[in-house]
Formats: sequence, structure tokens, C-alpha cells
Amino acid sequence: MPAGECFGLLGPNGAGKTTTIEILEGLTPPDSGAVEILGTPWRDGAAGRALRERLGIQLQDTQLTDKLTVTETLTLFRSFYRQSHTVDEVLALVELEEKRRARVVTLSGGQKQRLAVACALVSKPELLFLDEPTTGLDPHSRRQLWEIIRRFRAAGGTVLLTTHYMEEAERLCDRVAIMDHGKVIALGTPRELIATLGAEHVIEFALSDGVPADLADALRALGGVTAVRSGADGGGGGGPGGLALTVTELHRTLPALLTLLQQRGLELSLLTTHHATLDDVFVALTGRQLRDT
Amino acid sequence: MFQLALARMREFYREPEAVFWVFGFPIVLAFALGLAFRNTGPGELQVGVAPGAGDSALAATLDSSPRLVAAVLDSGTARLRLRTGRIALLVVPGDPLVYRYDSTRTESGLARLEVDDVLQRARGRSDRVAVRDDRVVAPGSRYIDFLIPGLLGMNLLGSGIWGVGFSVVQARQRKLLKRYMATPMRRSHYLLSFILSRLVFLLLEVVALVGFGWLLFGVAVRGSFATLAVLTILGAFAFAGLGLLVASRAKTIEGVSGLMNLVMLPMWILSGTFFSYSRFPDAMIPFVKALPLTALNDSLRAVMIDGAGFLSLGAPVAIVMAWGAVSFAIALKIFRWR
Repeated sequence: MPAGECFGLLGPNGAGKTTTIEILEGLTPPDSGAVEILGTPWRDGAAGRALRERLGIQLQDTQLTDKLTVTETLTLFRSFYRQSHTVDEVLALVELEEKRRARVVTLSGGQKQRLAVACALVSKPELLFLDEPTTGLDPHSRRQLWEIIRRFRAAGGTVLLTTHYMEEAERLCDRVAIMDHGKVIALGTPRELIATLGAEHVIEFALSDGVPADLADALRALGGVTAVRSGADGGGGGGPGGLALTVTELHRTLPALLTLLQQRGLELSLLTTHHATLDDVFVALTGRQLRDT
Repeated sequence: MFQLALARMREFYREPEAVFWVFGFPIVLAFALGLAFRNTGPGELQVGVAPGAGDSALAATLDSSPRLVAAVLDSGTARLRLRTGRIALLVVPGDPLVYRYDSTRTESGLARLEVDDVLQRARGRSDRVAVRDDRVVAPGSRYIDFLIPGLLGMNLLGSGIWGVGFSVVQARQRKLLKRYMATPMRRSHYLLSFILSRLVFLLLEVVALVGFGWLLFGVAVRGSFATLAVLTILGAFAFAGLGLLVASRAKTIEGVSGLMNLVMLPMWILSGTFFSYSRFPDAMIPFVKALPLTALNDSLRAVMIDGAGFLSLGAPVAIVMAWGAVSFAIALKIFRWR
């Protein structure tokens, strides 16, 4: 990873994202191979501590001490580092100034998460590790966190984050590695990865009487269709019996599809279209859905 | 490390229940036991007189003694009261007079002597030798004098093991330990912060309990306060080490609770907190004496009751220090940081 980049590890739960990031953080020893962070391998003792001075780490499910206030928690974390932001500075970074006197237990999920990120930012890190920073948060809190990450990057910081939200990866990350079963199955910019689908749009539909066996072939013959998948779960909610088409030109393929169905006397029970996403990339690579795991 | 210790202390005093169990509970216990076993001199003994010829005269004679309270009771009531210990002895009129009592009860033995003495004198027995009572109260001989140092030791054990054990395991369960590992914090600082925060609370604990004993029961510290302070610090260090050891591997609060009980229960019973361990069989005594709480209790009593100096306490102090050092070293070695 070059400095200043935001790199995303994307994958379903259990894909090995957390294990990967914890190996990189020096918290889990690797079974094999060597890890270098900021050009330094992990070492015990003083060298390891010197490296930790330069990192900011947020772990997936750390619960900070309930009984301490926000300020006290940050003061504690600050005390571990030789060089650090003041509590006020870091509170401003994560916009928690109003909650400075609140005990951790009284914070909302989004506020707790911002405090966790604040604990990672307090050391003025060069490299920030975020493990599923927005999982389980409401859309508003999620956008606040994205903003924090953007500001950190704008100030020259490098970020490595894991997520299972493709939208998050698309918005935040310069490059993404898609992981499944402990392996990287795709690597590139979000745009490049989506381009591997060969098409930019996805049409999902379902038929009220189920899909006839020979329909897929007929669909492939339609102009501009690059792939046909029968989703047991159509992602957009197609349900059993749904189909998903990857198409290059929505405005040509969609009318052709409707005509085809009408000719064969098939009735639509659902029809949606969207721009191709990393989610579609994951489905194309694994045949499984990313989100609903 | 200072900030860690500060965080520990804040966590503690913001938990009102924990504060009660550490400070309030031993004081309540000392108060209750002190009241129950207060020394009010020999006290008055309750005796009964069964119905029969001259029963009320007999009762009046006995009642006139300052140490006896006597009443005529019907046979059913008398039997019940004798069985439940409400009367120490029952006098059955007749010739000969019958004293009915349970000879295993200390009180009944005393009542037997007193009743016989009063009745024989009333019938004209004269004393051959003139005697005079000279009552002394030796300081430190009361039960409360024995109890307060024991409670102090028990409290150091409890707060050391609970205070350290629970918060370590809680931090581990909440993945907080792992989070600390992700910072440049030194591991030894984390463990030492527990000892530091324990020392601060220790001061409060000792002052509270000793002050309470002194104010309410007049339990004095006959040795020097400096010696007492050094002893309690060593005790707290030993038990914090033991607490760290207990918590060094456990992953859940339930798991660590079981271990804590395993460590503490034998010591509560064996180490002479509430009663002297000399009641145990001789073969057990060396083992009992090797326990850290026994050693600490013995030394605390030596200082508070007998006014012993620090240097005379070599063996028990060595035992306490060895427990602390060994368990701290093992804990540091096997500690599960994740």
C-alpha cells in the first residue's frame, strides 16, 4: 500500500478480514509468511512499541470501559503514546465535543464507534487500521464516520479498513481486495473491479409462475446481455425463481426483455435495475451474495 | 501507568456495589460479630425451679444472688427452655435436690457452681478461707480484638482477588486487553497499575476498619502504625499477585469466579479469621501456616494485639512476600493478553 491510500478489505463475515487485519496489526502471529508495516517487520519489545507509536488501531468489538467518561478514556489512551493529539483536538476530529463529560455507557452506538476511532486517532498515526468501523450503525452515523475517515486522509493519513458493505468500499477506498474463505479473490480499484463484469447495469426480475428452463438461453441471445444468473436470492429481493442479467446498455436490453416475456406469455412479479456494484462483482466471482451473510 | 491506575480507581469508585463490599461489608460484619460476642463480664445466668415443695422459696433465694435470675416453671416449659438453652440449669426440689443441666454447656457448668454455692450458703455453710476477687481485663483479650485483625486480613484477600481478578477478566472479555496490546503500552505497566491502585484503596480500607474498631470497640493498635502499614502493603501486594494469577487465563467472569472461590474459601476457613486455627488437627497446622492469609493474620494480630515489631515477624512476612512474588511472576509468564 502506498502512503496516503485508503485500502479496503471487502468480504462476507468469516472471510478472514479480521484475521488478516490483526496479523497486520501484529496482534495475531501469522501461520506463515512475513509481515512488514511501514517498512518494519513486527518485533517484540521496544521495536514493536516504536512501531505501535505510529499506528492507530480500532478493533472490531472492543467495548471501552463503561464507567469512564469520554475525556478520561481519551486521556488514558493518550498516555500510552509519546506523541499525541490533545483530548480537545481529537474530540474535534470526531465531533464528540458535547459528550466529553458523558460516561461511555451512556453513548449511542455511533458515538461509541466514533470514540473508538478517536482512541485510534489520538496517537497522530501515519497508518490507521479500522476493522468494520461502521458495522451495525445507522446511515447517519455511518456517514459521520466516513467524513472522519475522509478528513484523516485529507491530512495525509493512510487507511486500511475492512468492511462488508460494498457501498462503503466504493465510496471510501482507492483500492479494494475482495476476500472469501481466507483468500483474496479480486484486487483493484472499485471501478476496475466493476469493469470486470463487462457491463455496468444489472436487471433483476422475477416471474409469478417461475422461470421456464429454456428461458436463460433466450435471454443470453438478447442484445447487450453479458451474463445471466439465476439468483436463489436475487439480491434486490427477487426471491426464489428470480433472474439477474448483467447488461451493457440498459436502454436497449430492457425493452427487448419485456417484449420477450410478453411473447412467451410470462408475467413479471418484480423488476428492478441498478448500476453494477462491488456486490455484483462478488456474486459473479463466488455465486453468493455479499451482504446477506 | 499512572493513568491506568487512575482509570482503575475511577472504575472502582463508580461501582457503588463494589465500594460497599470492600468497605461497608467488613465493617458491618465486625459490628455484628462485635455485638454478638461482646464481653459484658460473666453476665446473669437464667435458671429454673421445677414445681414442688418450697419451690418459690428456693427461687427467691436463688434470685437474690446478683448473678442468677430464677423463676418457677412448670415442667413442660422447663424442659423446653432447658433444651433450647434459655435456662442454664433446672433445680428440682426434693431430698436430695436435683440439678438438671447439660454438662457440655459452659454456661450450665457455671450455673451449677453458682446455684450450689448460693443454696449451700443459705442453708448455713460457712467459708473457711477469706477470699477477695481481683478482676482484670487484659487488653487485646476480647473476641473483637482477635476479630478486627482477622477481618483486615480477610478484606485484603477479598479486595485483592476480587478487585484485580474481575477487572482483568472483564477487560479480556470486552477485548479491551487486546486493544491495549495494540498500543505501545508496556505489559508490565498494565499489571503494575493494579497494584498501584490497590495500594491507594488499601489505605482507605485499613483506615476504615481499624478506625471503626477503635471508635466503637476500643480496639487499639499496640504496635507501630508504620509496621501495620508495611504489613498491609505486603499483604495487598501478595493478594493482588494472587488475583492476577487467578485471572491470568480465565476467559469468562463465571470461570474466574469459580477459581476465586477455590482460592479464597479454604483460606477463609483455615486461616484463623473468625476463630483460631489451633482448633484444627496438629497435622494440618503446618499447611495452614503456609497459607498467605494465615501468615498475614498472625502478623497483623502480633502487631495490633501484642505490639510486635516488624523484625520479629520474619517468618510470616517471608511467607506473604513469597506468595506475592511467585504468583506475580507466574501470572506475568502465563498471562493471556487476548
